[in-house]
Formats: sequence, C-alpha cells, structure tokens
Amino acid sequence: MENNNPAISVRDLTKKFGNFTAVDHISFDVGKGEIFGFLGANGAGKTTAMRMLCGLSFPTSGQGQVAGYDIVSQSEDIKRHIGYMSQKFSLYGELTVIENLRLFSSIYGMNRQSFRHASSRLLEELEMTDMQNALVKDIPVGWKQKLAFLSATIHSPEIVFLDEPTGGVDPVTRRKFWELIYKASSDGMTVFVTTHYLDEAEYCNRVSIMVDGHINALDAPAALKQRYNVSSMDEVFRIVAKDSTRSD
Amino acid sequence: MNKAIEISEVSKSYGYIHALDRVNFTVEQGELFGLIGPDGAGKSSLYRIIATLSAPDSGTATVNGMDVVRDYRKLRKRIGYMPEKFSLYQDMTVAENMAFFSSLFGVSAKENYDLIAPIFSQLEKFPDRMAGALSGGMKQKLALSCALIHRPEVLLLDEPTTGVDAVSRSEFWDMLATLREKGITILVSTSYMDEATRCERIAMINNGRILAVDTPSALINRLDENLYNAVATDMFGLLSRLRSNPDVIDCYTFGATLHVVGNDNFSAGQVEEALKKTGMEDVRIYHATGTIEDLFIKQIRDGK
Amino acid sequence: MSILQSLIKKEALHVFRDRRTMVITLLMPVLLLLLFGFAISTEVNNVNVVAVVDRHTDETREIIERFSVNPYITFKGVTDNSNADNLLRTGTTDAVVVLKTSNGRLSTQIIVDASNTTVAQASTAYIRGIISGSDMMSPVLTQTLYNPQLKSAYNFVPGIMGMIFILICAIMTSVSIVSEKENGTMDLLLVSPVRPGTVILVKLIPYFILSCTILAVMLIISYTVLELPLSSSIINVILLSIIYIILSLSIGLLVSTVVDTQLTALIVSAVVFMLPVIMLSGMIFPIDNMPVVLQWLSCIIPARWYTAAMRKLMIQQLEINYVLQEISILLSMTGLLLLFALKKFNTRK
Repeated sequence: MENNNPAISVRDLTKKFGNFTAVDHISFDVGKGEIFGFLGANGAGKTTAMRMLCGLSFPTSGQGQVAGYDIVSQSEDIKRHIGYMSQKFSLYGELTVIENLRLFSSIYGMNRQSFRHASSRLLEELEMTDMQNALVKDIPVGWKQKLAFLSATIHSPEIVFLDEPTGGVDPVTRRKFWELIYKASSDGMTVFVTTHYLDEAEYCNRVSIMVDGHINALDAPAALKQRYNVSSMDEVFRIVAKDSTRSD
Repeated sequence: MNKAIEISEVSKSYGYIHALDRVNFTVEQGELFGLIGPDGAGKSSLYRIIATLSAPDSGTATVNGMDVVRDYRKLRKRIGYMPEKFSLYQDMTVAENMAFFSSLFGVSAKENYDLIAPIFSQLEKFPDRMAGALSGGMKQKLALSCALIHRPEVLLLDEPTTGVDAVSRSEFWDMLATLREKGITILVSTSYMDEATRCERIAMINNGRILAVDTPSALINRLDENLYNAVATDMFGLLSRLRSNPDVIDCYTFGATLHVVGNDNFSAGQVEEALKKTGMEDVRIYHATGTIEDLFIKQIRDGK
Repeated sequence: MSILQSLIKKEALHVFRDRRTMVITLLMPVLLLLLFGFAISTEVNNVNVVAVVDRHTDETREIIERFSVNPYITFKGVTDNSNADNLLRTGTTDAVVVLKTSNGRLSTQIIVDASNTTVAQASTAYIRGIISGSDMMSPVLTQTLYNPQLKSAYNFVPGIMGMIFILICAIMTSVSIVSEKENGTMDLLLVSPVRPGTVILVKLIPYFILSCTILAVMLIISYTVLELPLSSSIINVILLSIIYIILSLSIGLLVSTVVDTQLTALIVSAVVFMLPVIMLSGMIFPIDNMPVVLQWLSCIIPARWYTAAMRKLMIQQLEINYVLQEISILLSMTGLLLLFALKKFNTRK
C-alpha cells in the first residue's frame, strides 16, 4: 500500500501546553490510499495530534508533511488538500442537501462547473439525487452521515480526516458508512479515522494506539492480534491502553 | 412488591416526530436493565418521562408503584438521574458541586458516603478543582456521585458511556455492577451494542419502538439464523460477491470478518468452493455465533 | 445548610465567579449616568452668544449686561450683521441676538445654530428668558420651574435607571436561567425534591440584590455628583424603583421560559425590551411629540411609567399621591408578568 511518497509523514511531533506534554514525540507514516485507524484512550492526545495534522495547530517541536506540504510552513496549503468530518459539527440543518454541498465546495474553492459535475456524480452514486432539495434536518441520520462525508470529500482531497464519524449511529448505518470509506479508499483517497468502536479498528489497513501522548502500538490489526496473542482488537486495545497513567 | 419501573403503552410526539410509540417494558427491583439503541431512537425522551421531567402523551409510567405524572414530587426523592450531557456546574468546584447536590436532597454528603466511596475516591484528591477543568472520565464520576448522593432507589443513567474509550467504559460498567450489588435498580442506556452483555436484561429500541426485551443470552438465542463468518484478503470484493449470491439474505462487515446470513439453501462449503474457483483462493466461510449487534441488524432488516 | 441557603450560595458563586460580567454590571450604570449627565449634554451651559445692535439704547445696554453676567452664557461681544453670519457658520458662536430699535421700540431676533436641535431649543428658550427679563412689552413670560437651566441630568437620570434595570434584571436573569437549561443543570434541579417555585425564586434573589446595589450607587451619584435635589421623596423613589426592579425580573423570567438558548435570550431581551425602552419611554424622545400610534404603544412599555413617575418624584419632588396612577399600572404589569411566567415555567413539556 505504501509508496515512496506517503500521504502523511510525521517525525517526533510534540505538542506541549505549559508543563503538560499532550503529544510526545510521535512518528509515523500513512501510505496513499491507506485506511489508517488512529485509536487511543480519552485524553491520550489524539485530538491534539489530529489538529496539528490538519494545520489547525502548530507543533512545539518535530516535523511533518501532510499531502506533501509541511505542517508548519504550509498549513494553508494543507487545508486545501484535505477533507475533515467530525461527529459534532458536520452540516447545516436549515440548508438543503445541495445547498450544504455547494457551501462546502465553495469553501474549498471549487468553481461552479466542477461543483455541478462532482455533485451530480456523487449524489447519483450515493442514491441521494431524489433528496437533494430536502432540508438536512429532515433527512434520516444515515443519510446525514453520508452527506457529511460527501461534504468533506466533494473537492476530492488527497486525505480525509474522520473524527469519530460513527458515534451513536445504529449498526446498519455504521456499516454502510464504512463501505463508503472503503469505496473512497479504493479510489485512492487516504483515510485517517478515529473511533471508539473497536470492531471498526479491524476494518483499517493499519492501526495506531496512543497512550499518554505516545504511540504505543502501530501495525495491521492482524499483526497486532498476533503479537498480543488475542483474537480481537478490543483485547489488543485493553492490553495496550491498560498502562495509561493519565487520570481518565 | 412493586416493579421498579413499569412502562405501559407510553407514546410521546414532538410535533410530527413520534419519539416514542407505545412503549412497554418493566424493570424488576434491583435489576441492571439496559436500554440499547442508536441516537435518535427515543432513549432520552423515555428517560425524561421516567425522571418526571416530561409527561407522556398517552400511556402510563410508574417507578416503584408511583405514577411519574401524579406522584412526581414523591418520586423525585427516590430517583437519581444522570442526563446524557455533563450537567454539573462547571464554574463550581468538585466539593461545591457535591455539597450543593446533597443539600438539594436534604442529605449530608457524609451519611451516604459509603455508597459513592468507590467512585468518588479518585476525585477526593482535588476537591478545589473546578468541575469544568476535569477530564472526561472524572466528570463522569463526579456526575454519577452527585446522582447517587441521596441514595436513590432507582438510578437513571442516560448514555453514560457515549464518547468514552473502551477501557474507561469497561471500568464504568464495573462500577455499575458494584452499585447493583447494593440493591439499587439501574436503568442505563447505551448506543454501544457490545455493552448489552453487561446488563441482566435489555430492551432494544429503534425509531421510538421497542424491538425486543429479554436477557442478552435469550435474545441471542432468538437469532435462529444461518449465520456464518467469511474472511478473505480482499474483504470488500468478498462483500460484494456474497451480496450478489441469491442464497445470501444479508452480508455485512463484522470486525475482522464478514457476517453472512444465509437462507435454508445456503451451504457454506459450496459457496466457499465457488468463490475459490473465481480466484478468491484464501476465502474461508465458517459458522459464527450471533451477538446483540447481529440481532439489531436483523430487527432493522425485518422492520423494513 | 437549608436548601434555600445552599441554592442562594450557589447562585452567588456563579455571579461572583463571572468577574467580567460582574464588573461590567456595576460599572455600566455609573458610566452611563456620568456620560449622559455631563458629556452628552443637552443643557444650557457655556452657550456662546454674540449680539448685533443697530443702535445702542439703555434698553439694549441692559440686555447685554444681563448676558454678560449670566453664568450659563458666554457673551462674546457685539458685532455687525455680516460678521454674525460668519461667526455662526464657523461655530465660533452658538447664537446671535439681533436687537433693532425703530421708533423707540425694540424688536428682537434670535438666530441659533440648530445643528444640535436639543441644545438649540433649550438655549433659545433660555436666551428668550434673559431678553424678556427686561422687555416689559413682551406679552409672554416663560418661567422654567424645577429645572431652570434645563439640566440634562435631571431629564436623563430617570430614563437611564429605567434602562439599566431592564438590562440587568431582564437580560441577566433570563440568560442565567437559560444557561442552566442549556447546560442541562435545570433538569437536575427539577428532578430534585426542590419545588420549581423555589428554584425560580432563588434564581431571582441574587439579581434583585445586585439591582438594589446598583440602585443605591445610582442614587448616590445622582444626589451628589449630578446634584439632583435631595428631599424626603427619596423614600418614594426607592419604593418605586423596587417595584420596577421586580417587574424587570419578571420580564427576565418570562423570557427564560419561552427561549432555549442564551443567545436567543440575549437577543430577545435586547430587541424586545431594550430598544422600546430607549425609544418609547420618553427617555430621549418626548412622548407627547410622538405619532398617536406610538403614544399608545408606549403605554405598554413599563419604563414609560417608571420614567414619568421618577421625574415627578425626583425632580418635581411631588408627593406619592401624584404618581398613584403610574404605580398601580406598574404593579398590575408585574402581577400579570409573574403570573404568565410562573404558569409557563410549571408546565412540563
């Protein structure tokens, strides 16, 4: 899966808040088209690390490239080449499906023609053409999620960051969402995803587990299970995260 | 003796949305009862009714024999409610929050300390920290302590583990097991299907309707389906091929494997052979044990 | 500790811990009072006057003499017709008094720079008064009672108080109640054995105390710095203000029962209550000069009645029986609002 130019490449990335080291010298590469699971206990530093990768926050030390751009000196370029979807903020309920898409496409600087082109193709693929004029607040949760993913990827970013995209969603919808992720990945998009559902960790090509600001485990799910001699990622997570000392 | 919670034919609508549609179930005294369902299933609406904060449009709900609408004042002393969102005063310290909530119920924090000691002990180290400055897990422990401080007979926990990592979630369920041993009836809701097995009995809820009520093991036994695991290197390819098989009722990802629901004609061996012939040499299909999640998926499928 | 005590203590903690709001709340009334009292002056003070006299007589000399000794007027001297226009234009003078004597009879003309209409009106009236003081032929004698120099502070103090209490009570109470709704803590209070009525009462008490403190501060400033006449009517002033504070608290309570977010509470309180108070209470624009529709509308603005009654009590120093109408209107408004608010609050959704 990896080639010479990884989609994300991070070396000794560190972020301190005063005396507190939220992220402590983490290093990893994510290959193009890879589905990379970014796991960790609450307060392990996942969100801080992800914010640095998205160009929203500067590292205290260390370096990294995302989509070929430097996370310190080229953070504005990074923002144009990534997509971001979080569970908390995703869509505007008072706008229609198509209006939401148009808004996000213009935020990412797409012109009208390429928007029209991309939106009609994607809506058709997701079987959402019929509901493009429905208000987002009125559509079922499963569709909302698809739409949020669509909004984050309408500009065909090289990498999409998904922050707990499936929290609280029913098991059927959750699975449909992962099929979307697979589809995007097989089209060459790199997917960087956090989740609290450890069965979802199994769907990733590789998984990292953060504990107290460090990456304590990083490998393919099968290899991790073999290393710890257990049968599920849930058990792997328990073993790795057990040593956490941060009060959480 | 009265049932701890008795919900009968409860319906509730907000405008056009039917949040609850003729919901029925009972919770026995001292039971750890789970309400399992995704976001928007109606769990929080039901909690608000049981917590006496809102009245049902129709139907009745009683807690320890007392009606949630008629006897709400009496009930409020007997229930402990922890809403989904962290609902304590963020601009007050740990100690101030505790003191405030115990005085609301006219008790002193000391007299019921034995009950909260296992939960609260970690928080005691920093009584002067503002509640808003606590970490997620600590906030949760403080909220639970405040909900327990008046030694309620029935504890209502609305999605206490949402957004919490797997290890902390597991610890939280251990705490609930301890409380249950002290005789407190607990109604807990969750959207994590795997937590269902930590409950004595569960009700599965979706779109405002109760799908099933029973012990987790009895529910899984109901899953009288031909359920198989399927694995191959190209999982995505395998998924689409199995779905196009006419004998496959449903096929979905399930952790490291796919779960395949076959009809009576489905033969694992034959399908495996056929797939191997088309180039999927490492495919394996073998019998699987169902889970609550499989049952939930089946219920949603049958509901359509 | 009793439930009531601990509820009040908790409320006090919220108020005191929010330092920024606390400082703004206490400083704003003082600043507003001083601002309107001194800086934004509509009173006749340091009005520059020049005179154009075609023929000096005893009469004109006497008038000019009165201008030069008047403490509120700066007499800049006598000039000729053409220059007068120039002085007005450049702003060197605010008013020109033209004194013409023909056939032994004096006729006067006042030319005023009306770019600030309020000042222009006030100074015209004042200048006319000074002139007419000598002109025995003049048929009209204006005598300004209670506020002879038309000091603006006199006018504004009641208005500002009417505004401040709406601001503090209505906005802060509604925001504080709604923030508990938003945080979910209101649910926890309601599922406790505490009566809903108690919960509400306790939310109101800290803001009532805060408002009373502000009332004291404002009265002290009014009677000292702004030199409003102090008399026994101050007891009535306090009584009236407390009624008005309770009324404003009820407004805040009502707002908090109908809205769900702090932002809406803020906007509703500001737009629905603040603007009408400023525009329609007679604080800035006299009610008698408004179109009839707006005059009717102003009747439902509590601040209108409060301001009117305060003017009578504070400035005219009238007895309380002169403001019975206003007081009874305010009392019935309070009762009605409280009734609505408590009714709305008690219903379970």
